[in-house]
Amino acid sequence: MPKITFIEHNGTPHTVEIAVGKSVMQAAVENNVPGIDADCGGECACATCHVYVDAAWLSKTGLPAAGSQEASMLSFAAVTQPDSRLSCQIKVSDELDGLVVRMPEGQH
Amino acid sequence: MNAPVHYDAALEAAKLNARSLPLGEIDVSDPKLYQNDVHYPYFERLRREAPVHYRKDGMYGSFWSVTKFKDIMAVETHPEIYSSEAKLGGISITDRPMQYRRSSFISMDPPRHDDQRKVVSPIVAPANLNNMSDIIRQRVCRVLDNLPRNETFDWVKLVSIELTTLMLTTLFDFPEAERHKLTYWSDIATQDVNAGGEIDSEEKRLAILQEALAVFTGMWHERAARPPGFDLISMLAHGEATRNLVNDPQEFLGNLTLLIVGGNDTTRNSMSGGLWALCKHPAEYQKLRDNPALVTSMVPEIIRWQSPIVHMRRTAVADAELGGKQIREGDKVVMWYISGNRDEDTIDDPNDFIIDRARPRHHLSFGFGVHRCVGNRLAEMQLITLWEEIMKRFPKIELMEEPERIYSNFIHGISRMMVRIPA
Repeated sequence: MPKITFIEHNGTPHTVEIAVGKSVMQAAVENNVPGIDADCGGECACATCHVYVDAAWLSKTGLPAAGSQEASMLSFAAVTQPDSRLSCQIKVSDELDGLVVRMPEGQH
Repeated sequence: MNAPVHYDAALEAAKLNARSLPLGEIDVSDPKLYQNDVHYPYFERLRREAPVHYRKDGMYGSFWSVTKFKDIMAVETHPEIYSSEAKLGGISITDRPMQYRRSSFISMDPPRHDDQRKVVSPIVAPANLNNMSDIIRQRVCRVLDNLPRNETFDWVKLVSIELTTLMLTTLFDFPEAERHKLTYWSDIATQDVNAGGEIDSEEKRLAILQEALAVFTGMWHERAARPPGFDLISMLAHGEATRNLVNDPQEFLGNLTLLIVGGNDTTRNSMSGGLWALCKHPAEYQKLRDNPALVTSMVPEIIRWQSPIVHMRRTAVADAELGGKQIREGDKVVMWYISGNRDEDTIDDPNDFIIDRARPRHHLSFGFGVHRCVGNRLAEMQLITLWEEIMKRFPKIELMEEPERIYSNFIHGISRMMVRIPA
């Protein structure tokens, strides 16, 4: 199973395994990784699974399409950056084995 | 007047009535259902038999009721079909006369909504929440330390209203000595004209809210002339999308009432409703005493349990299918958060108050989609701080009688709750 590393805002790393086809958000939630709230449960209807994608992985995860629901929800999140994504919208594949994402200071 | 001592009998009567009424006659817009807290059996039946339900010519006109979590989510995430525009009817089931339909960013669709909302949302960004945490804790300590002991008092007045109004003075940089005005304007803004209170017409409501407008207009001009500060009025006065808002007094007033009610009424009622829930569930109260760290998962559960906003309304601007029903352009569509928060298909044991749920934030009380509550984390922080400090001081707070609730199908409000802290 692909491995994903979440780095908390305070620097604490958590590496977890998750089945292909699930979302990066589910990888955090199912393994009780702190810092991913995922209030809406993966509907792309809040912005509480916000992560920054490590530069080395951006070409593989991509960025939200302009005008998409993800871009819209992210535009209301606090502390966004050019590498911001909602982790519920990143689908896990073998290609993403080793993915590193960082958490923002807070989830809104 | 509510008759709290007869609550169990009233609930039994409501269960019978909810079972026997023809589906088409169920009208969940009746504010008495919320005042008496007996709406549950009506929604249980709708979720089971008619999850998307049409009520023709109800107390608040004809409308669709959306009662299940997933259908509410579908409405929330399609603002291009389900509009919030004030002129179409806005966000409340009440169809106000056209001249009283005030616009604000909650009753606006993208993209205008987005531009205005982004002006004020930094006030609750993580760094600023950290800045506010000390003053919130100091106030909570002061308010709790001054409570009477071994004597019956109104929790709503001495705790819930006091703390949330003080929070508003910080958010608006409003003089603390005049804070009662904020509470008053907030209550005036939401009072149902049929509640038997001071507001029996929209004209009267507007006349009182004009006083608020005058005060805030003065503050606006004073802050616009100064460098940007970190309060809501200064942010609006300096924000690119809102710097001319003061020239549109009705939209300015709309946004003011949104921010006052949003930052006040909802948290106030969760502060009251949380204590009520604990008193009615003694085993959960004991769980909290045994492990006060559960406060962090208890607070979102309180917010679900209370559902401080009963509903949000949308108006269809296109034909659409929802839960197997055909919605037509122009239809009034009402999302009953208070029902979705008890949906057995989404929430395990939804009728139980459980302070250590695994995923307590999966509730509808803050809404979802582009209109999701801006202040959600601030609200949680205030409630967490309150409960942390309560548990340090008072092993027990006793409910002396059933609370009195307000006549409203929009605000799930508790107006009076007599309690006692044993000495």
